[in-house]
Amino acid sequence: MKAPAPALAAPQAQAVPDEDLHTVPVRHWGRWATAAVVLVLGAGTLWSLAKNPNLDWATVGEYLFHETVFSGLVTTLWLTAAAMVIGLVGGTAVAVMRLSSNPVLSLLAGLFIWFFRSTPILVQIIFWGFLGALYQELAIGIPFTDVTFFAAPTSELITPTIAALLALGLNEVAYAAEIIRGGIQSIDPGQAEAAHSLGMRPGLTLRRVVLPQAMRVIVPPMGNETVTMLKTTALVSVIAGHDLMSNIQDVYAQNYKVIPLLVVAALWYLLLVSLLSIPQGWLERRYGRGTSSASASPLRRLLAVRPRTRKGAGA
Amino acid sequence: MVVAKGVTKRFGKLEVLKGIDLTVGRGEVCCLLGPSGSGKSTFLRCVNHLERLDGGSLTVDGERVGYRRRGDALHELPEREIALQRRDIGMVFQRFNLFPHMTALENVMEAPVRVRRESRATARERAGKLLDRVGLGDRAGHYPAQLSGGQQQRVAIARALAMEPKLMLFDEPTSALDPELVGDVLDVMRSLAADGMTMVVVTHEIGFAREVADTAVFMDEGVVVEAGDPREVLDRPVQERTRAFLSKVL
Repeated sequence: MKAPAPALAAPQAQAVPDEDLHTVPVRHWGRWATAAVVLVLGAGTLWSLAKNPNLDWATVGEYLFHETVFSGLVTTLWLTAAAMVIGLVGGTAVAVMRLSSNPVLSLLAGLFIWFFRSTPILVQIIFWGFLGALYQELAIGIPFTDVTFFAAPTSELITPTIAALLALGLNEVAYAAEIIRGGIQSIDPGQAEAAHSLGMRPGLTLRRVVLPQAMRVIVPPMGNETVTMLKTTALVSVIAGHDLMSNIQDVYAQNYKVIPLLVVAALWYLLLVSLLSIPQGWLERRYGRGTSSASASPLRRLLAVRPRTRKGAGA
Repeated sequence: MVVAKGVTKRFGKLEVLKGIDLTVGRGEVCCLLGPSGSGKSTFLRCVNHLERLDGGSLTVDGERVGYRRRGDALHELPEREIALQRRDIGMVFQRFNLFPHMTALENVMEAPVRVRRESRATARERAGKLLDRVGLGDRAGHYPAQLSGGQQQRVAIARALAMEPKLMLFDEPTSALDPELVGDVLDVMRSLAADGMTMVVVTHEIGFAREVADTAVFMDEGVVVEAGDPREVLDRPVQERTRAFLSKVL
């Protein structure tokens, strides 16, 4: 990076006075050697992949924009979005319950979080998929009475996609609740006191003062959760959830071209996850207002860069 | 305006207030002095029910704070009604507690808009005037993090005034400030007092108390040791404990 200015002062033995000597940065030969080794290994791997006929790029190209893949993609996207909305709304409610001074609410919220975080998501997905084996019929009524407002067979109500949504959403509620609780608790109690002293009620205080500040702490881990969720939707293929992964599996179950189709899936997941970082950065700046860490967007910073002229160079 | 009779408060086993009697008349300035841990901040927080009292009675403008008497029992009020009472009692905190995600102007506008349902235009105009009054009209668009401690505290005063309170509570308003910033905040408080605002001020600023206060109250270990005219209490204290404290601060 910092190459010594050439010919600034050619070494002319003792002729150069001490203060005019130029500096020579230390040479990192080790770095060059390691980089070379790693590059060779990497290139070798890429080469072996590129010339491997089993990868079958033609098939990859054929299915990359295939109708089945697109319909799976749509399901994956709305499943992710819907599960995250359920997670956020439900998670806020459970977090507030957890922090409530009502011991029953707090305990219930704690049990909910404990249960949904302590069982594997795969078990939960399959459970919801097979809910019909537990209750043949679902009904809404008043418990312990014969009053029923609505009843329908489970298999009609809980389609595989709905089961997937329930499983992912409820699981996310538990994780989001803990993230939001952490966010709320990270806010100085003096903030709520100041709001109360102005005559603001608890609900208004939470909405206007505590949550907007907590968002700064909540957004980065929730971004993480969204990325995880997008990839976790692939698990609903076990109950034929018609998401991207389910549809990919359907295709390779017929044509046996497993590897090329997995490449198609991987490419799409890569693209979607990469796109997710854009709204996250936007949200982080939105809720970082008033703090010193709130800076301009990376794009703006990049555009603001001007080539710096080195003062005194070659003078 | 504020009448306290035998107010007690305990945190667990520790009795912080052991029967406080205190009266602050309308338009008066009352300064609470005393060593830390003497209960003066706790008492101040009881006045707007940020702390619940355990015994005695406390009224602001004739209205019992935080409770309603029904028959022979005192019923604690729901948050909704306590919030109504607090509208009329402004409070300024040692650590400012400005809302960091709002500009100075938004901080001052927040309660009038959300609590009193004022229109944004009216609230903005009044907030601007209040910021002018505390000498920060040109800082309206700044976030708290971009203001000095003294400026933040003056915004906090403007924020409390925006609710047009009949009583202002100050909890060590200058203790977290650099010495050279204290003066500006005290100037604002002085002008408030001159305008006839009823104020209860917990402070270590003996000079301010001597100059502005109508009553000085010296507290120690949860009791009022000495109260009265500040020139008496501060310059010719009768009690040994008051004398010992003053000799350390002055």
